Amino acid sequence: MPKRIITSIQAIGHRVIDGIWRLGCAARFFVLVLLKSMTSFLRFTLVIREIYFVGVLSLIIILVSGLFVGMVLGLQGYETLQKYGSESAVGTLVALSLVRELGPVMSALLFASRAGSAITAEIGLMKATEQLSAMGMMAVDPIARIVAPRFWAGVISMPLLAAMFSVMGVFGGYLVAVVFIGVDEGSFWSSMQNAVDFRYDIVNGVIKSCFFGVAVTAIAVFEGFDAPPTAEGVSGATTRTVVTSALAILGLDFVLTSFMFRGVD
Amino acid sequence: MSEPLIEIKDLAFSYSARPILKSVNMTMSRGKVIAIMGGSGSGKTTLLRLIGGEVKPTAGCVKVAGQVVHKLGRNDLFRLRRKMGMLFQFGALFTDLSVFDNVAFQMREHTNLPESMIRDLVLMKLHAVGLRGAYHLMPAELSGGMARRVALARSIALDPMLIMYDEPFTGLDPISLSVIGSLIRRLTDALGMTSIVVTHDVQESLKIVDYVYFLADGVITAHGTPAEVKESVTPFVHQFVHGEEDGPVPFHYPAEMYQEDLRLETHFA
Amino acid sequence: MQRTIMDFWVGLFVMTGMGALLILGLKVGNLTTYNTGESYTLIGNFENIGGLKIRAPVKSAGVVVGRVTDIQFSLETYDAVVTVGINAYYRFPKDTFASILTSGLLGEQYIGLSPGGDEEMLAEGDKIMKTNSAMVLEEMVGRFLFDKAAED
Ligand SMILES: Nc1ncnc2c1ncn2[C@@H]1O[C@H](COP(=O)(O)OP(=O)(O)O)[C@@H](O)[C@H]1O
Ligand SMILES: [Mg+2]
Repeated sequence: MPKRIITSIQAIGHRVIDGIWRLGCAARFFVLVLLKSMTSFLRFTLVIREIYFVGVLSLIIILVSGLFVGMVLGLQGYETLQKYGSESAVGTLVALSLVRELGPVMSALLFASRAGSAITAEIGLMKATEQLSAMGMMAVDPIARIVAPRFWAGVISMPLLAAMFSVMGVFGGYLVAVVFIGVDEGSFWSSMQNAVDFRYDIVNGVIKSCFFGVAVTAIAVFEGFDAPPTAEGVSGATTRTVVTSALAILGLDFVLTSFMFRGVD
Repeated sequence: MSEPLIEIKDLAFSYSARPILKSVNMTMSRGKVIAIMGGSGSGKTTLLRLIGGEVKPTAGCVKVAGQVVHKLGRNDLFRLRRKMGMLFQFGALFTDLSVFDNVAFQMREHTNLPESMIRDLVLMKLHAVGLRGAYHLMPAELSGGMARRVALARSIALDPMLIMYDEPFTGLDPISLSVIGSLIRRLTDALGMTSIVVTHDVQESLKIVDYVYFLADGVITAHGTPAEVKESVTPFVHQFVHGEEDGPVPFHYPAEMYQEDLRLETHFA
Repeated sequence: MQRTIMDFWVGLFVMTGMGALLILGLKVGNLTTYNTGESYTLIGNFENIGGLKIRAPVKSAGVVVGRVTDIQFSLETYDAVVTVGINAYYRFPKDTFASILTSGLLGEQYIGLSPGGDEEMLAEGDKIMKTNSAMVLEEMVGRFLFDKAAED
């Protein structure tokens, strides 16, 4: 059935072209947001308001998850390391995994599902209820007034949340390894401090979370702004924010890791 | 003041390939309430969006106060829009702001008035629509009619020269409906503005407007004063004004032949 | 939501975040011991560096005195040129011995410095003349087997 083959090839082509076209739209939108960010900095109260919604309201989930991830790391790390008699290295294991990988990545994933989806839904609903059109007709640019403050709030909040996640994780690891199991406190901290380098591990982790913050919020605001103005449209866009963000975070993490932690150790 | 506020010449517009407006010609003079009537999907909202410069025409032009809207740059367009108000179909109030902040929105964005003066102005605007007592409510707490009145107060916040109302009567009870109707008339006269009312509520709008345009098939099929319209014998206008089911506007959306759609073979038919 | 309440929470949030970064730097990382003042570089040629990596510690008597900053292969002498940064506080005699050692049986490799007795001290850019390569397990095993075979 050559006709069927041709139509399926066409379908693939259609999808690819659509995808690339959307990517182009997203890139153009991203540039627009950056260009129209002046208002956000001149009227920083707009950004502060959004930091409250994306940052402060994400605190609970970030702190609690960080604590539990750290506790699990402490438990599993101890289980494995004590077989080789090096249970004091559990501090190193907990800290390095958190600061380099789990802190930035997990908190970005949580941030995408907690704050990213909320941003998409909010902007999408504002579009569906014609609030964005109304704003435009009032000679106020919705990208400058609505989108840019949310974007910057996300970009500012993400590294702070990631740092809090890591600190809670280290505390959780300390709790399990030192307080519950009884690993020597001194060697727990000193092995950690010997192994974790400020510039190499911590700064790179923070740089990662900055990238994730930009990626997640850029995706969230674009999906919201691009959502079809219907109920299904907004719900689909919200889902897409979480899925696309997760893929972007993990893909970006691989790329960044291979640039940052190559060869030298 | 004899120069018309809005001139629309041979305006055409299409979404991708689908023509919505083919050739629309209108002139609207200042200080009048003008109604644009037409069936759902005839492109009335689109026409308002064209006047507001939200979309660009495929041919022809819209002139507002002597300026061709789609030729304006971003800054000039925004300057023009400050003198325009638009009342969206469902109000489009900012759901995260209170009634007071909704009305104050444009004053805060576009002026440097002190907060005390903004307060007085907002309460005046709310008083004009009879909702001064509701300034502290959130939009979710308002009924449909109240939301539209707040939106009306918001669109007159900066005393515009033109307000466009997109179906202001839809979904309202008879009382709210006549409240909105008389508000439109009163505010137009009191503030010396021009109002464009898009509607298919014939009876209510004929009471308040000065002139009526009928939009169908992408062109203006008829126009006149309410008195002329009521007496009109043009089949379309007659059908519309008297709400008859079938006439020049067919009951059926254009479709293939019924038999073909139901896959009836010709020998069955 | 009241502006002031929101401002308060956001202020608290940002301060907590900054505090977390500070804790990461001071308590988890080695910011306190990092880059304490000046350092000077020394160069050493090693026949074989084994698994030595950039940033590996340089120790003397078990105390960390610096770090490996660069490792290159020399096209003139066909061996490894290792550059180390030594904390300016620590001075070593000219005839100091540098060896590549392993902490524990399978631990990370580091450079150990054993000071000699020279009056003159090593200074910025100087070359450590006496070096000792890494012990490579395979070579050791190979030599052991060779010796065994020779005995028989
Ligand atoms: N964004 C859009 N994309 C494509 N078609 C649209 C869009 N908006 C409206 N339309 C179509 O244009 C036609 C006119 O719409 P509209 O101006 O909203 O009609 P009215 O307000 O008179 O009911 C409708 O048939 C509608 O399907
Ligand atoms: Mg409409």
